[in-house]
Amino acid sequence: MTTPAADSAGPLPEGRSSVDTVDRAAATPEVAQPYAELGLEDGEYAAIRAVLGRRPTQSELAMYSIMWSEHCSYKSSKVHLRRFGELPKGERMLVGMGENAGVVDVGEGLAVTFKVESHNHPSYVEPYQGAATGVGGIVRDILTMGARPVLVMDSLRFGDAQHPDTARVLPGVVAGVGGYGNCLGLPNVGGEVVFDPTYAGNPLVNALCLGVLPKDRIQLSAARGVGNVVVLLGAKTGRDGIGGVSVLASATFDEDGPARRPSVQVGDPFTEKLLIEACLELYDAQLVEGIQDLGGAGLTCALTETAAAGRSGMRAHLDRVPLREASMEPHEVLASESQERMLAIVAPANLPAVLATAEKWGVLATAIGEVVEGDRLEVLWHGQAVVDVPPGSLADDGPVYDRPQERPADLDTLQAAPTPPHPPGEVLSDLLLRMVASPNLCSRRWVVEQYDRIVLGDTVLAWPQDAGVVRLSEQTGLGIALATDGNGRYARLDPYAGAQLALAEACRNVAATGAVPIAVTNCLNFGSPEDPEVMWQFAEATRGLADACRALALPLTGGNVSFYNSTAEVAINPTPVVGVLGLLDDVARRTPIGFAVEGESVLLLGRTGEELGGSEWAWAEHRHLGGCPPVVDLAAEKVLAEVLVAGSRDGMLSSAHDLSDGGLAQALVESCLAGGPRQDGQPAGVGARIVLPRGLSPFVQLFSESAGRALVTVPRSEELRFTEMCDARGLPCTRIGVTDGTGLEVQDVLSLALEDLREASEATLPALFGPLAGDTAPANPVLTAPATGGLHPG
Amino acid sequence: MRVTARIGVVSFPGSLDDRDAQRAVRLAGGRPVALWHADADLHGVDAVVLPGGFSYGDYLRAGALARFSPVMGTVIEQAGRGLPVLGICNGFQVLCEAGLLPGALTRNAHLHFVNRDQRLRVESTASAWTAGFAEGQAVVVPVKNGEGNYVAATAVLDELEGEGRVVARYLGSNPNGSARDIAGIRNAAGNVVGIMPHPEHAVEELTGPGTDGLVFFTSVLSTLVAA
Repeated sequence: MTTPAADSAGPLPEGRSSVDTVDRAAATPEVAQPYAELGLEDGEYAAIRAVLGRRPTQSELAMYSIMWSEHCSYKSSKVHLRRFGELPKGERMLVGMGENAGVVDVGEGLAVTFKVESHNHPSYVEPYQGAATGVGGIVRDILTMGARPVLVMDSLRFGDAQHPDTARVLPGVVAGVGGYGNCLGLPNVGGEVVFDPTYAGNPLVNALCLGVLPKDRIQLSAARGVGNVVVLLGAKTGRDGIGGVSVLASATFDEDGPARRPSVQVGDPFTEKLLIEACLELYDAQLVEGIQDLGGAGLTCALTETAAAGRSGMRAHLDRVPLREASMEPHEVLASESQERMLAIVAPANLPAVLATAEKWGVLATAIGEVVEGDRLEVLWHGQAVVDVPPGSLADDGPVYDRPQERPADLDTLQAAPTPPHPPGEVLSDLLLRMVASPNLCSRRWVVEQYDRIVLGDTVLAWPQDAGVVRLSEQTGLGIALATDGNGRYARLDPYAGAQLALAEACRNVAATGAVPIAVTNCLNFGSPEDPEVMWQFAEATRGLADACRALALPLTGGNVSFYNSTAEVAINPTPVVGVLGLLDDVARRTPIGFAVEGESVLLLGRTGEELGGSEWAWAEHRHLGGCPPVVDLAAEKVLAEVLVAGSRDGMLSSAHDLSDGGLAQALVESCLAGGPRQDGQPAGVGARIVLPRGLSPFVQLFSESAGRALVTVPRSEELRFTEMCDARGLPCTRIGVTDGTGLEVQDVLSLALEDLREASEATLPALFGPLAGDTAPANPVLTAPATGGLHPG
Repeated sequence: MRVTARIGVVSFPGSLDDRDAQRAVRLAGGRPVALWHADADLHGVDAVVLPGGFSYGDYLRAGALARFSPVMGTVIEQAGRGLPVLGICNGFQVLCEAGLLPGALTRNAHLHFVNRDQRLRVESTASAWTAGFAEGQAVVVPVKNGEGNYVAATAVLDELEGEGRVVARYLGSNPNGSARDIAGIRNAAGNVVGIMPHPEHAVEELTGPGTDGLVFFTSVLSTLVAA
C-alpha cells in the first residue's frame, strides 16, 4: 500500500472493543438483533443466518438490511421487470439492463448512456438537498459507464399548486436541481412539472442524465484480477444519509416526515465536478479495470456489487476510509450515503498514476482494499474481521416476492364516472384563457430560468420545445433528442394504457423535433408494494410498457423503480415516467414547435375522437378524474413518428408540436407563442386563423386529448408533397388553417390576442411562487418565501 | 503582424464555460489556448479569457480563491502591461477580487439563479473587447448567474460613469439587481473588461439567441492585429 491512509491501519484503538466482530458473532449466537427496526422481515433475517451459518455481525446486518431493501434489491418488482429483460435488444444496444445504465450506439464511433432515477422521499424531507443529490446521484451513474455527462432533465410532481406546502417543496426542489446541475456545468434541457393533490405529501423528483462516450471506452463495474487494488475516490465519508435507502426509500411516509432529516444526504457539486474530470482522465488513460459509483447504500453496495459482478473475493480495510467524523463505527462507514464518491478497481502498477491524476484534480484517493482469491467479501476494522460474506448473497440473491395483486376496488366506479357536461361554444374563449393559465398548462419560465440551459454550448432545443435537442458533434451535426413523459391520471384510470400513453407521448415529442426514437428508459413511481391494489397497478403498467416497446420496436435500456410513494394510507397516482432517446443525423434540421412565419398551412395529423377521460380540462375545470384515458394505437403512433421524421429530413416542416395535455387548443397556443423571429431575445409570436372541420363540436376538437396527433405547419410550396406522403402512409392529415396575424382566431368560436394569451400563461407561477428575476410586485407575499438556501448560489 | 492571434482560456477547478469560450475564440477566427490554473506560464498568448463557472466551488466568495492561483499572478502582472483580459461571469468576479476592476458581484437581488436571453446596450466601445460594436448598440446575450448583482461605492460608480467605463448595461428588466443596470465594466486603459452576461453563448444561430456575442472576440482579434 502506498497511501498515507494505510498507516492508520493498526490495532483496535481503546474504547472500540465493543465492535461486533465475526468471531464474536460466531461465539454469541443468542444475541438479539434489531433486524425489524432495520426493515428486515422475520423470514429475511432467518435467511441471512442460514447463508452465514451464524448470526450476522452488526455490520453485516446493516449491509443485508440495505442490500435487501426494496430500493436496492427490487424484491417486489423483479418478477415484473423480467418482462423488460425479455424484450429484443435491437442493434444499437451495447450494454443493457443490469449495469448502472444502458449504453446505445449512435454512430460516428460514439455511444450515449442515459437513465432516470427517483429521489422522491428525500426531496419531501429536505427539498433542496433531496433534489440536488438526486441530480448528483444520476450523474455518477452515467459517469460510471465511462461517459462524460452532457445534460440533465428533471421530471417533477408536486401537490396542488395552491397548497401551502407546495410553496415550501417546489422552490426548494427547483433551487436544488438548479444548484447542483448548474454547478456541474450540465445544461438542463427539459422535463416536466405537474401538480396533483395525490403528490402533496409525496412529491416526485425524477432526475435524468445523459452522457456521451467513445464506443470503446465503456467501463464496467466488475472487480477482477487478484491483487488489484480497490481505490475509494472523492469525498470523505460522514454520517449523512445513513439509512437513506432502507429508511427513506423503502417505507411509507408517516406524518413526521421532516423528522427523518438526518437520513438525507448533503451534496457538494464542486467535489462532483472534480470527480467527473478526474474519472474521465482515468478512463482515457485506461487506468481503471472496473468502476462503481457510491449512491444509495454507499460503500456496502459498491463493494458487494463490484465483487459479485467480478465473481471475485475482496478484502476491504474499513479503517482506511477517510472519515469526516473519527468516532464513526464500522457499520456506519458501510452504510453512509455521503455523496461524491466512486470506487475504482486498479492494477497495482497503475496505482501511482491513479493517485497522481486524483491529486491533479484535488480529489481524495485512498487504497482501501484488494481483490483476493476465493469468493468471500471480507471487511476488516483495525485488523479484525467485521464482515465475512459471499458478496452474491447481498447483491444478487436477495429475497424475491411475487406479491399479491388486486384490481383496485374503485376502478369500475372511476371508469364509469360520466364526463362533466361540455361547455357551449360561446364560453370557449374564456375557457381557453383559463386553461392556458392553469397550473399544469401554464408557462414553466419560473422554473426553467433557474436552470442553466446553455452551458457546454451544444443546446439546440430546450424548454418550451417538445424535447431537448443537444449536438454531439460540431463537425457533422450529429445530435440527440430526449423527452420524458408520464401522466398519473391516465395511469390511475388504466395503468396498462397509462404506461403506453407515456411512452407514446415521449416518442411523439422526440419525433416532433425530427429525431428517430431509438431507445427507452423509465422511472416507475408507485405506492406501497404491500398494497395489492398498488401491486396490480405496477404489474399492469410494466406489462403495458413492455408490450408497447415491443410494438414500437424500441429497446428498453434500463430503469428505476420507486415504491412506497404514499403518505399514511394514501398512495400517489401510479406514475410511470418514460424517457425516450432520439437520434438526429444533423441537428440543423431539427423542427421547433413555434410557427415560423405567416402564410403557412396549419395541418393536424392524426385522428381526433371525443376523449376527455383523465383530461386536463376535466381536472382543471371540474376536479374530475374519471372515465377511460385516450385509446392507444401504437401502429398509428409509429406512422406519425415516421412522417414527422421524414418531414424534417426532407425540409418540408416549418414547425411540429405534439398534442397531449390540453389537446389542440394548448398546442395551438404554444406554437403561436413560441413562433416567429426572436425580438430582443424572445420569440415574437405568430398568430393563426383556424377553421375547425365539421363533425365533432368545437369544444371536443379543441380540448380532447386523443393520442397519436401532432400539429404541423408547412410552407405552401411543400403542402402537396407533405399531404401526399401522409396519404400514402394512411395518416389522417387535415388542413385546419393558416398562420396569420397577431392573434389566435378559431372561426366562429374564439379570437384572442397573443399578448393576452402570453400574459395568461406567464402570470400563474410567479403569482404562486414569487416574481421572476427583475420583476417586482409579488402577487401573493405569503407564497413568495425565498428558496431554501443552497450551498452554492454563485 | 501574426496571422492568427492566440487567446488563452484559463481553466480553474470548477470552470464550466471554458470550452465554450474556446469555441467562441475559434469561431471568431482566433486560436484558443488552454491555460491551467496551477501553471503561472501564459505560454505567450496575446489575450486571456477568464471563463464562467464556479471556480473553487465559489468557496468563501465567488472568485475569492481563484484570484490567488498561480496563473492569476501572471495575469494580474501582464494586465498591468496592457494584455487584453476578458472576465465572463465568474471571470468578472475573479477580476473584481483581483483588484483589476473595482466593485464586487453579490447575490442576485431576488436570490434565484437566472438564465435568460438578455438585452444589453453597449455603452463603451473604448475597450479591446468592445471596439467592434457601435456605441449605444442594442445586443442580445444570455445571462446565467446567481451572483451577478454589481455593487460599488457611489463615488466609484460615479467615476465609472464619468470616465465612460461602463461597457454594457441591461436593457429592459435588470436580471440581478445590479447598480445602475451595469452588466460590464472596463479598466481605465480599456484592456481589461468584466462582463456578467455570456458572449461566448451568443456565437452561433443554432445554439444561441444570435451571434452578437461573437463581436467581443472579433474585437480583440482586430485590436491585436492593429497593435
